[in-house]
Amino acid sequence: MLAVRNRRTLGQIFAAPIMVGALSIVGLLAALIGDGWWDAVSWLSLALPVLLYLFFVVRRKSVGPR
Amino acid sequence: MLLLCITGLPLIFHHEIDDLLHSEVKPADVPAGTPNADLDRLLANALATSSLKVPHFLIWDRDDPNAMFVSVGESITSDPTNNRFVRMDSHTGAYLDSPDVTGRFTYIMLRLHVDMFAGLPGKLFLGLMGILFCVAIISGIVVYAPSMRKLDFGAYRGHRPRIVRWLDIHNLAGILLVMWTLVVGFTGVINTWADLVLKMWQYGQLAEMTAQYRDRPPPTKLTSVQAAVDVAVRAVPGMTPSFVAFPGTAFSSKSHYIVFLKGDTPVTSRLLKPALIDAETGKLTDSRDMPWYVTTLFISQPLHFGDYGGLPLRIIWAVLDVLTIIVLGTGIYLWLRRRKAGVSVDRAIAQGSAVDAPQMSS
Repeated sequence: MLAVRNRRTLGQIFAAPIMVGALSIVGLLAALIGDGWWDAVSWLSLALPVLLYLFFVVRRKSVGPR
Repeated sequence: MLLLCITGLPLIFHHEIDDLLHSEVKPADVPAGTPNADLDRLLANALATSSLKVPHFLIWDRDDPNAMFVSVGESITSDPTNNRFVRMDSHTGAYLDSPDVTGRFTYIMLRLHVDMFAGLPGKLFLGLMGILFCVAIISGIVVYAPSMRKLDFGAYRGHRPRIVRWLDIHNLAGILLVMWTLVVGFTGVINTWADLVLKMWQYGQLAEMTAQYRDRPPPTKLTSVQAAVDVAVRAVPGMTPSFVAFPGTAFSSKSHYIVFLKGDTPVTSRLLKPALIDAETGKLTDSRDMPWYVTTLFISQPLHFGDYGGLPLRIIWAVLDVLTIIVLGTGIYLWLRRRKAGVSVDRAIAQGSAVDAPQMSS
């Protein structure tokens, strides 16, 4: 088996996804509650997963194969 | 699921696509505050131009206060999905157009997305697929944990073989979108039950409200629609009419106009409230809030369509949909690889982990 030393706990694995998921719920509901600022909150919090995805994929691509 | 994601994509922009592909007659330009045309006159004008003669619904255009629709069918019992929409100018009451939408790109996409041209069984089948989609998402969360034990959040091993890269993309996009896909997936499932929810309401609350009319014959001559709408608006202050269902249609009883009213915030504009108007006397019979199962359906609609936060929200909806397609595509690839090679994805990754180790520690 692989070494246990750099294994992550469930808390560490799911900390970031839970944050993103909670923000998604805020975003989904915000635009339902009101217009104007509420819409802006919704756009930002729902665009976050897209931006994070692009950030992680582009970051590793620019490092390139070694 | 791939079919649903792909057909759903153009539907997010169905207005823009229709505007681009098809021309429509523009309603007259009127100064703000111009009163609306008398609905009885508007209705008569609509019926005069149509080959079909029986009005089912009178619908205010959500997006354009200058236009409204009359949905007409062959008879009062004819299937409303075959109805023709007649577009009318809401200020002048004049006929605008009545295009046959069934050949349109957006219509074909819509039917493929909603019921695959198979009616209620098609809907319920797609609903079942939606439930399986939600189950797949949850099982994805469960296998995300072991797969990320040795990796940082957002790890993308760009220099590794395709199977590893695509696994990382699948994990990353999947976990980032998990809430959105669950919400859109599950509200989509609820939407497939719309017909059943409507029937439940008819046999439940609506039957209760119209109990005293059960043994009465349907009215031979209908009272004025305009008067019915006026009575409804007065009975439910603070709400504006969204659509009127004529007596005998799928949304009404045989003896009533039902005026469905909406509020003016994003949520309350979806929560329609029915006001029942006796079509023989023109008097208000009853008006109640919808039961919880109809309210749930009403709330599910915007959450599935993404049409409640302006154009930016719809663009985000489209991008999230594309990412979901990527998650599905990489998921299918990983599953095929696993089956074909007889080698688990885990092992393919483990084989390269010696190479990976220095980078992890650096």
